[in-house]
Amino acid sequence: MARAEEVNGSGSLDDAPASPREVEIDAADQDTRALNDRLRELLLSGVEKVVIRNVCGQRYIGTRLYTPQHLKMDIEIFGTPGNDLAAFLFGHKITVHGNAQDGVGNTMDAGEVVVHGRSGDVLGFSMRGGEIYVRDGCGYRTALHMKEYEDKRPVLVIGGTAQDFLGEYMAGGIVVLLDLEERGHQANFIGTGMHGGVIYLRGAVDGSQLGSQVGCSPVDPSDRKVLDHYITRFLERLPEVGLSREEIINSPFLRLTPKSKRPYSTLYTY
Amino acid sequence: MKSFVFPEFQIIRDEEKCGQCRGCERQCAFGTHTYDPVADRLISDETKCAGCQRCVIFCPKHAIVVRPAPSFYRPNASWSREKLDDLKKQAETGGVILTGSGNDKPFRIYWDHILLNASQVTNPSIDPLREPMELRTFLGAKPDIMDISAGDGKVEIKTEIGPNLMVETPILFSAMSYGAISYNAFGSLARAACKSGTYFNTGEGGLPKEMRQEFGRCAIVQVASGRFGIDAEYLNCAAAVEIKVGQGAKPGIGGHLPGEKVSQLVAETRMIPQGTDAISPAPHHDIYSIEDLSMLITALKEATNYEKPISVKIAAVHNFAAIASGIVRAGADIIAIDGLRGGTGAAPKAIRDNVGIPIELAISSLDRRLRGEGIRNRCSIIAAGGIRCSADVVKAIALGADAVYIGSAALIAMGCTLCQKCYTGKCNWGICTTDPRLSGRLNMDIASQRLANLISAWSHEIAEMLGGMGINALESLRGNRDHLRGVGLYEWELDVLGIKGAGE
Ligand code: SF4
Ligand code: SF4
Repeated sequence: MARAEEVNGSGSLDDAPASPREVEIDAADQDTRALNDRLRELLLSGVEKVVIRNVCGQRYIGTRLYTPQHLKMDIEIFGTPGNDLAAFLFGHKITVHGNAQDGVGNTMDAGEVVVHGRSGDVLGFSMRGGEIYVRDGCGYRTALHMKEYEDKRPVLVIGGTAQDFLGEYMAGGIVVLLDLEERGHQANFIGTGMHGGVIYLRGAVDGSQLGSQVGCSPVDPSDRKVLDHYITRFLERLPEVGLSREEIINSPFLRLTPKSKRPYSTLYTY
Repeated sequence: MKSFVFPEFQIIRDEEKCGQCRGCERQCAFGTHTYDPVADRLISDETKCAGCQRCVIFCPKHAIVVRPAPSFYRPNASWSREKLDDLKKQAETGGVILTGSGNDKPFRIYWDHILLNASQVTNPSIDPLREPMELRTFLGAKPDIMDISAGDGKVEIKTEIGPNLMVETPILFSAMSYGAISYNAFGSLARAACKSGTYFNTGEGGLPKEMRQEFGRCAIVQVASGRFGIDAEYLNCAAAVEIKVGQGAKPGIGGHLPGEKVSQLVAETRMIPQGTDAISPAPHHDIYSIEDLSMLITALKEATNYEKPISVKIAAVHNFAAIASGIVRAGADIIAIDGLRGGTGAAPKAIRDNVGIPIELAISSLDRRLRGEGIRNRCSIIAAGGIRCSADVVKAIALGADAVYIGSAALIAMGCTLCQKCYTGKCNWGICTTDPRLSGRLNMDIASQRLANLISAWSHEIAEMLGGMGINALESLRGNRDHLRGVGLYEWELDVLGIKGAGE
């Protein structure tokens, strides 16, 4: 069991508190299951904010926090959470002070993840809602098969760039790659099979890097409004990048969108 | 371009009997029949007919006969008519040939070469009408060692046992997604499952919200590569979660639900925009290894608070048993294997007819492999793909399965005639369609009753067969190959099945 310390609020954990409580736990020596047991226990006891110290590779943080009452929690992580952070996340908020590993936001439904560092492969895989902000870059297969539905429109903002297979099979949502260090976008096979959603790239990309189903155009004023909104949110969450909104937004952006919602409609015969 | 393809069917209308009621015209969604007001008669365009027999069965005068067209190409053992016609279609369109239902090619059906045992004199047979027969089965991981404490006439299980599904009879409904099948067909499966003490499988198209409360307890919800309609609520409302890796009708490839079938309700359930193609990539792109699979299994266990068994469904392909062993070690509680003859709403014909292995061989090799490795208890096996009757179920269990999934059999119970046109979305039987006019033809009360009748009839027959063998519990039949004998099989086939030849 994790050691829990009351940071604010009163009495022991068993007392039903009147006000929202914040709890700090130490994840050193906790395995994945024990840590997630603890988080669930805290959520059910009414805790609304948890700070986890010494996280080292524990997986699926945030995943076991579905409750029929839709209780919500803020989780602040110090250290390096393991794979599948925020998988199936159901509206919680997670901040990582450090790097994240693979599978962040896998099939995430709602909520927010902020990574003060970089993120690994398959970031935002099949994500359908919520927002993810990553200060630095991310790995391969980012935003694969990201989707959207009505008011659920997932957003992924990356301070750096992504690697190959970005946005493959993408069916919805918004991905923004800011390339703040201006290293240039190196990814290949961007948007293969893409049939929905939009990817915004700051800087340039060569046609040869794109899948054949992807159309590329400069952004228009309505795109700029979207970018403006999410860049502002990015900077609010990650002020340490030390750039102003204007510095970022006043640069050339490209918009990648699918040429068709039905990329395979002529493949078959009856 | 003029099509050089023959009509597949010939339609004969008995003009004497026909009363020009135009019923056939309304029944056929393919637009085969039209009324000619000048001649006051119905005309049929045979090129459009799918041979589904809807008009035949619903003609009030029994005036229509639909039969295979007698026209033929010069007979040729190598170039069958189907081969010629498919080739011509492709020359005309340049497309991949799509089809529905399961593999219809004459691969050996092992069920028909396996015979069951019965008791004579010694080990007397049991009369299921008088004696209790246990068909109830638990699906999920069983512990290696069971620790119990006994005392005071009470027995208590001390070992912690993971979640298991309790099924009253070893027959579950196979994954068929809403979108591939109609709302009414989907709902009928759900109702029948709950009524019969078994489970239906949502397939990858989500579970409509209004069904969750009532039918969630009988639902196995699927997580497939497209991840449609999946959120924590969907996962938690169900009895179990199944990761779909592969399907017998189309191992190794994904699926595309065409935009035409993504109606508003389908879109809502899958949580994708209306009219877009629902594309399921061939692999799960977060699973490239057993390690990755293990991660998704655990993620799902986490997402459901370790309260539900996790199943992994794979197609039976060469060497699958070794992969299945990895799947068990990755933490799956149930493995569903789908054989060569498994059905589908849409698959490229080249794949459906040429990829995979027969389920009978697959069950046996999987069961023996897991036993050999000492991990058979760690997961249950559900066999799917080509189960046509209760005897097939009994044979599947004697070969080593814990239960079976039925797909085509369930659709046939609701009216399907295996016309294989499911991918057109125009199923005249209201099953494989999202057109409300067509799906309204399927009455949920009646269809669910037909399904429940089927389950009950098969269960009775299974009890009879068990009783005949002198067995009073399904448990005692599982993997009990001594009760099977092969006829007309080669030595290697008997070896793979692990059974003796008849008379031995
Ligand atoms: S497709 Fe079915 S309903 Fe239409 S003509 Fe053929 S048999 Fe009759
Ligand atoms: S479900 Fe309908 S379209 Fe598909 S095979 Fe059966 S009758 Fe034909």
